[in-house]
Amino acid sequence: MSDCPRELHYTDSHEWVRLESDDTVVIGITDFAQHQLGDLVFVELPDVMSGLEKGDELAVVESVKTAADVYAPITGTIFEVNPQLESNPGLINEDPYGRGWICRIKPENLDELDELLDADGYQKVTAEENEE
Amino acid sequence: MPFIPHTENEIAEMLVAIGANKIDDLFDEIPSEVPRADIEKMCSGMSEQDIIRLSAERAPNYQPGSCFIGAGAYEHFIPSAVWDIVTRGEFYTAYTPYQPEASQGTLQVIYEYQTMMTELMVMEVSNASLYDGASALVEAVLMALRIQKNNSKKILVPHNLHPHYRDVLKSILDYHPIELIAWEYEKETGCVNVSQLNQFAKDELAAVIISQPNFFGCVEEVDTLTNLAQEKNALVVGVVNPIAMALLKPPGQWGNNGADIACGEGQPLGVPLAGGGPYFGFLCCRKKDIRQLPGRIVGRTQDAKGRDGFVLTLQAREQHIRRAKATSNICTNQGLLVTAATIYMRMMGGGGLQSVAKKCHENTEKLKQLLSEMDGVKIVFNSPTFHEFVVQFENPLSDIVAVMKKNNIQPGLILDAHYPELTNSLLVCVTDTKTMQDLEKYCMSVRVKEKAGV
Repeated sequence: MSDCPRELHYTDSHEWVRLESDDTVVIGITDFAQHQLGDLVFVELPDVMSGLEKGDELAVVESVKTAADVYAPITGTIFEVNPQLESNPGLINEDPYGRGWICRIKPENLDELDELLDADGYQKVTAEENEE
Repeated sequence: MPFIPHTENEIAEMLVAIGANKIDDLFDEIPSEVPRADIEKMCSGMSEQDIIRLSAERAPNYQPGSCFIGAGAYEHFIPSAVWDIVTRGEFYTAYTPYQPEASQGTLQVIYEYQTMMTELMVMEVSNASLYDGASALVEAVLMALRIQKNNSKKILVPHNLHPHYRDVLKSILDYHPIELIAWEYEKETGCVNVSQLNQFAKDELAAVIISQPNFFGCVEEVDTLTNLAQEKNALVVGVVNPIAMALLKPPGQWGNNGADIACGEGQPLGVPLAGGGPYFGFLCCRKKDIRQLPGRIVGRTQDAKGRDGFVLTLQAREQHIRRAKATSNICTNQGLLVTAATIYMRMMGGGGLQSVAKKCHENTEKLKQLLSEMDGVKIVFNSPTFHEFVVQFENPLSDIVAVMKKNNIQPGLILDAHYPELTNSLLVCVTDTKTMQDLEKYCMSVRVKEKAGV
């Protein structure tokens, strides 16, 4: 069973969302996702200050064997991206919920967080994918 | 099997063994009334190009040195060894193998091709080739738009770019939200109009295409154009003739920062005209943009035991992994033609390519000079040219072409179908395959007609 902290929100496309005290949210991909992708070699980061709709392509993570899109879990404006991923994309493998964060978004409407999965809900998603 | 001549000693030994005094005695059998060749009078030696030309001249139904049509496909001398090596069993496949790493030789050839293309273009990276020059340009434009992300969708397309390239751009990009803007050329110079580029606001253009030399053979002022375009945050896409790059400034050195993308038709590098194809396209870019570069890329690495080896690299951009989101799904690479180009470039070397380019240019200048001295003949544009130029005649072009045809000369491309404003004009190309006699024969044919017209 992969690690999924209880205080985070999740999507069924394997992003996690953490609400910060300043009402911004930090976004990354889950431990399950990094494990499925394998060693990451490149992350294509979004432009800071660009606006996104929920479900838009946010970033691309590329491993030695595949590449996958990361989707925006919430509508808002990109505030900050993790500059360390440019030189060290492996941070996502090492610490997906910490130093491997992808970007910080200022959400338009925090109520959208309620539409996301909690840790239990996300574990059901990963359990189903494992069965497949 | 290699040719190993006998030594003087071996010949002497053999003569002793058969009881002859000298080699000529062996031919005593031939009746004296049969004429004998005098070996002493044979010429000492000719270059491969000259001997092929001589043989061709003696063959019936074929006139070497008679084709003066270029317009995107160019006749150059190709050493026989090039295609002799290409057609060896080890190389003779059009495809990158499905288990690529099992074919180290094929990958090494592509790696060397990429290395030589980046050197010729002075660009940081090259892919393993594309389908042809026109589709390479389309890929370059799509790539430029991806690099520019969601900014402008306007592309400035010179009217003096090859008309077929403009057609292919239109066909493929028509259903994208992309605006192709026609960039006019100046009537006197044949080069693009700088002030038109100047009128665009900063960030208004996603990319600017520069053709060097342009379709009329004219040399563009690439430094000025590149700097001006990049000041406006437009990417510069250079469409270049690879042979010309041995003489002219390569795209990586245009302006202060170099062109962003270089592409073009690879046919001049060792690929025969062959009735229009197959040819190959090349595409080079900056290393920082490599993930937007479509097509295969071969990299060099080391295996678990530390031995050097070649691999297909950065495959996550490609269609078999990224599916619909690949950088391109029509990025056919032309493995066999790339093999020919690699062997051609290796055989010629940098100096060899330069001397081919020089010979083309000098021959062109000679014909231009000869024609400009004739009455009723006008060189249309006053810019310097590489190996092609536009010439306009006072007398009806159809008459001149008819005389030329009678003399087995294809005098050039008739331009009015593509450029209605260039009436009675030909686009004439002179490459390294032409001799002074060919040029004189060309002028003679024009003169015959001009006289008849008086």
